[in-house]
Amino acid sequence: MLSILKGIWVILLHTFRKRETVLYPEEKPYLPPRYRGRIILSRDPDGEERCVACYLCAAACPVDCIALQAAEDEHGRRYPEFFRINFSRCILCGFCEEACPTCAIQLTPDYEYAEYSRQNLVYEKEDLLISGSGKYPEYNFYRIAGLAINGKDKGEAENEDPPVDVRSLLP
Amino acid sequence: MMILRHLIIVIGVLAVALSVSAGLVMLERRLLALWQDRYGPNRVGPFGLLQVVADGIKMFFKEDWIPPFADRPVFVIAPMLILITVFMPFAVIEFAPGIVVADLNIGLLFFLAMSGLGVYGIVLGGWASNNKYALLGAVRASAQMLSYEVFMGLSLMGVVVLAGSFNLSEIVSAQKGMWNCISQFPGLVLFTIAGFAETHRMPFDLPEAEAELVAGYHTEYSGMKFGLFFLGEYLGITMTSAMIVTLFFGGWLGPFLPPIVWFALKTFILICGFILVRATLPRPRYDQLMGVAWKILLPLALLNLLVTGAIVLAFD
Ligand code: SF4
Ligand code: SF4
Repeated sequence: MLSILKGIWVILLHTFRKRETVLYPEEKPYLPPRYRGRIILSRDPDGEERCVACYLCAAACPVDCIALQAAEDEHGRRYPEFFRINFSRCILCGFCEEACPTCAIQLTPDYEYAEYSRQNLVYEKEDLLISGSGKYPEYNFYRIAGLAINGKDKGEAENEDPPVDVRSLLP
Repeated sequence: MMILRHLIIVIGVLAVALSVSAGLVMLERRLLALWQDRYGPNRVGPFGLLQVVADGIKMFFKEDWIPPFADRPVFVIAPMLILITVFMPFAVIEFAPGIVVADLNIGLLFFLAMSGLGVYGIVLGGWASNNKYALLGAVRASAQMLSYEVFMGLSLMGVVVLAGSFNLSEIVSAQKGMWNCISQFPGLVLFTIAGFAETHRMPFDLPEAEAELVAGYHTEYSGMKFGLFFLGEYLGITMTSAMIVTLFFGGWLGPFLPPIVWFALKTFILICGFILVRATLPRPRYDQLMGVAWKILLPLALLNLLVTGAIVLAFD
């Protein structure tokens, strides 16, 4: 009996407590940089597209919402001809980001991309590609992996280390 | 002239009771939010006040579906029955000196009779739905309301003994010297508990018990029919609070302010109390609910009546 009255009193005291609600549109919560929100495609420090159209992200995606088509430029450098993410299906799991060998695809702390029509949630490469390097400002895939051009194989240029033999890393 | 006055009172009481119970939905959501450290609906209009209007419009435009397996006429009548039985007691309450719809000399009995009839709306609603959850809710409601009505009536008899009348106006006048909440404190506690059970509010909302029975007796109801059940519940809170004010807190009695303001103020505080209890207490098990009613509260009510009667007899 006493505990009931005590409970009522405690609840009454809550009248003067601070309210926990974040009044969203006026007041926005802090999101850490690694929050998994809207997806972007980044560029390397030299301003080139990072994506090498390896299809790993599309293969990793559990809901199959990434579609892309590989193409090659005159030096044999691969790039995506189109790159399409259907955000109405994306579950923002971040697997694509984990799978990407070049840190091209990244999730950002932006979540405000609601649309009235589903079709508007299909983002093309122009919508995804940003001009900066996103979360990994220094990372340049070809500095580490090496790049073969006409008349020069990987690791043969001046000031270039030979590429890591990935097979030796395997257990 | 008299007829016009009566008409104005009747329409006024109807309109005020209806709008208060509609506003209560909003008030309850805001207060529950306050006590759970949230904000509640605050987007529609200033302080979210237009939420009431939005909810009302939504209710009216929902599909009003009657399940094919339901007993159609009874299904339609049940929500009306609830609303009518909850509305009737407002007729005998005296809101201020002279402002009363029907100054019955058996006002209190009329109130008890109407709250007794209130069971029918629920039982018929649950029965006509032809749904096992609705039926279970209705069966619970009938058992609960019958057992709580027994000592609800008995707990009020102390008040009647003190006032020497069943007339609510006379009960109010009899409290000029001392409010019944002091002289009849056990009666107040018992009647408040019974009032919670009669309006089947948290923590006694076992007929509805959404955790076990989907939505209890109104599982199959939708649209404005569900709205009527909903309105009935909030009207019930308003009515019970007004009753408690009349019987135990001196009705419209009070210094300085006009009587009607006193009445509204007291009723409002009690309504907030109803919501506060809802914010605090979980619902008990069903057998505990029945056990408390018959084994503890009923003997207490009888004892209260006995002691009050003995004291009144001794002082006469
Ligand atoms: S976050 Fe997950 S679901 Fe979304 S595109 Fe990447 S892998 Fe697919
Ligand atoms: S975004 Fe990354 S994983 Fe996906 S195709 Fe481009 S390089 Fe491969």
